[in-house]
Amino acid sequence: MSQVKKFMYVNRRPPYGTIYAWESLEVVLIGAAFEQDVSLAFVDDGVFQLIKGQDTSGIGMKNFSPTYAALGDYDVTKIYVEKESLDERGLSLDDLQHLTYEDEDEDWAEKDSIQLVSRAELATIFAGQDVLFNF
Amino acid sequence: MPIEVNGKTLETDEEGYLANINDWEPGVADVMAKEDDLELTTEHWDIINFLREYYEEYQIAPAVRVLTKAVGKKLGKDKGNSKYLYGLFPYGPGKQACRYAGLPKPTGCV
Repeated sequence: MSQVKKFMYVNRRPPYGTIYAWESLEVVLIGAAFEQDVSLAFVDDGVFQLIKGQDTSGIGMKNFSPTYAALGDYDVTKIYVEKESLDERGLSLDDLQHLTYEDEDEDWAEKDSIQLVSRAELATIFAGQDVLFNF
Repeated sequence: MPIEVNGKTLETDEEGYLANINDWEPGVADVMAKEDDLELTTEHWDIINFLREYYEEYQIAPAVRVLTKAVGKKLGKDKGNSKYLYGLFPYGPGKQACRYAGLPKPTGCV
């Protein structure tokens, strides 16, 4: 039996303009099939990926933001958003999608996936990972 | 290879998935099933329609594991297992049902 490793995907870029955000999301969904301990972090302009009410009709790109809501189905339940990155951009949690998952161990109770963490807390979380992917 | 559906010629990719999701109509599933020697029943359509709704909401074709769990929740526990789904779609519920539904191949399916 292979050992479960802690994989974290760190998203630092805005959603459109480059392919990084979508590629990261695809890798997360593919990786989720391997039953590792997966978490996501959104820092710097990466926080814009989670903004609610995205409309890409003017730029001719697929709006993939609804796909973040499927992460709970894929058992990806730990999504860290850095507080300082939101503050620096005049954003708050209310500007982001409300992402949830159903907790199998508590009779499928709906729980929040997004956790607001400080830069210092996130540094500690980074240090506890086995693998970090930067996008 | 393109397929003929109700007098229209629709482009597909090399694995038989529709090139353009907006080309889909129920006849697409009928034509594809006929090529596989499969007769579509209400039970097949429940899954095809479910996949289309899932794509509409989340913009992805779900992985088989996710599909199985979600079908069980929506259509009943007796249907939320791979035995039932493979019984309907012997080439794999992810690949075959998504193809009939006009969706891209499920993310993570190789």
